[in-house]
Amino acid sequence: MDDFLARALLGGVGVALAAGPLGAFIVWRRMAYFGDTLAHSGLLGIVLGTVLNLNLQLGVAITCLVVALVLVLLQRQRRLATDTLLGILAHTTLSLGLVALAFLETVRVDLTAYLFGDILAIGPIDLYWIWGGALLALGALAGLWRPLLAITVHEELAQVEGVPVFPVRLAFMLLVAIVIAVAMKVVGILLITSLLIIPAAAARRFARSPEGMALLASGLGCAAVGLGLWASLRWDTPAGPSVVLAAAFLFVLSSVIPGRSWR
Amino acid sequence: MVESLLTAESIGLTIRGNPILHNVNLRVAAGEIVALIGPNGAGKSTLVRVLLGLLRPDSGRVWSRPGLRIGYMPQRLALDNTLPLSVQRFVTLGTPAARARVQAVLAEVGAAHVLDSPVQAISGGELQRVILARALLREPDLLVLDEPIQGVDLNGQYELYDLIGGLRRTHGCGILMVSHELHLVMATTDHVLCLNRHVCCSGHPDHVARDPAYLDLFGIDGARRLAVYHHHHNHHHDLHGAVVPDFPRSSASAGEGGHRPPVEQDRG
Repeated sequence: MDDFLARALLGGVGVALAAGPLGAFIVWRRMAYFGDTLAHSGLLGIVLGTVLNLNLQLGVAITCLVVALVLVLLQRQRRLATDTLLGILAHTTLSLGLVALAFLETVRVDLTAYLFGDILAIGPIDLYWIWGGALLALGALAGLWRPLLAITVHEELAQVEGVPVFPVRLAFMLLVAIVIAVAMKVVGILLITSLLIIPAAAARRFARSPEGMALLASGLGCAAVGLGLWASLRWDTPAGPSVVLAAAFLFVLSSVIPGRSWR
Repeated sequence: MVESLLTAESIGLTIRGNPILHNVNLRVAAGEIVALIGPNGAGKSTLVRVLLGLLRPDSGRVWSRPGLRIGYMPQRLALDNTLPLSVQRFVTLGTPAARARVQAVLAEVGAAHVLDSPVQAISGGELQRVILARALLREPDLLVLDEPIQGVDLNGQYELYDLIGGLRRTHGCGILMVSHELHLVMATTDHVLCLNRHVCCSGHPDHVARDPAYLDLFGIDGARRLAVYHHHHNHHHDLHGAVVPDFPRSSASAGEGGHRPPVEQDRG
């Protein structure tokens, strides 16, 4: 196997492993649009990272986190529904990123790579970032698992039982921001949500426990990465979208496979 | 005087310009069952959330005995269908416990058969019992039950109330429960608080049933139903350990009704 292909596979698998359990929570908590909004702000993070001469992934993670905090603050006023706020934030930050990019005359940025991913260009240093971020996110999620599951089932009940709801929710947002930052290289900011929610959705029918669904989502995500890369080579299609299509294919397959689901 | 578990003093709360609670006082003592009744929109759930510390009141204060363990049964549990969660997992989410212990608690509330079922697949009545089991697993000093009979059919409602009435004896806990109407909580309750943004009347259930403020709030129909339903309870009276001659008093309470002629009563 060529080096670049091995790196692509390794990077994709790293992202898929972390995206599975986190995506399961995004599905359970009905936060798909939230993930999408954070991802949209990723481009702004790229620009900030470039201007401030930061690592780009760090720039994206910080920007995502700030957007998440802004959302939490905006939710305190109750005039506008959350999905409206998300829509405003998503497209404002994406446009802000595009406009800010235009001011960076000295920097040439391959916009397509950031919007749709450039998995075949993953370098050795990218791999460190991806695996470092993914392992960090998985480890933190394991520690957070029980309280996070409790507030996902019923927030106020969990609070009465002693779960520190706000810190747990904040920590979860931070993890989503980290995973988005590391997944950007693989599928791009416009497609990240799909890697979070499609494997989790495909896993639902076969899972009998939250942990089972999370693990299965990771597995299906890895399979989608492998399948997508293979298809991309075979038919010379763009790699990021091919991975997403592979995930969608697995989802359709999981829906039509005969057999009884649990529930 | 019996030890207080929880007291609230002159609670006031206004949400977006709407006064929701005004000067509400409440006390739950150890081993006591207090029922909070009132029409929809009376602020019952809001008061419960203030008492639980989920909502901060604008005025007044809530005191709870230091180290008080509360078992809470929320009004609504809408679990997303995408979350595969068995009843056992649900019950142990707040308090880790061995399977045998979970089985025992579920058996106590009459839901042992759903131990391994998905939470989304059980009936409304079973779900209420399962939520109650989760609260009991904490070995609470105080149980707070917000409309515990929601989604339960009529026979199940009486069973559930009898079950709740027995808990104070078996677990030695105080109970605060929210209900729509007095007649359902009559037989099991020591103290009733009739709430309509402020405390309309309070006291022993029989006393409240005769109170003009209560009759104003619920109308004479509600008071009549009180008498009818009360008869259902006669075969459960031994649950409290003593035979209490309940119905002569209760039919009298409806018969003697209010202090005003029935025809003039408005429906609350």
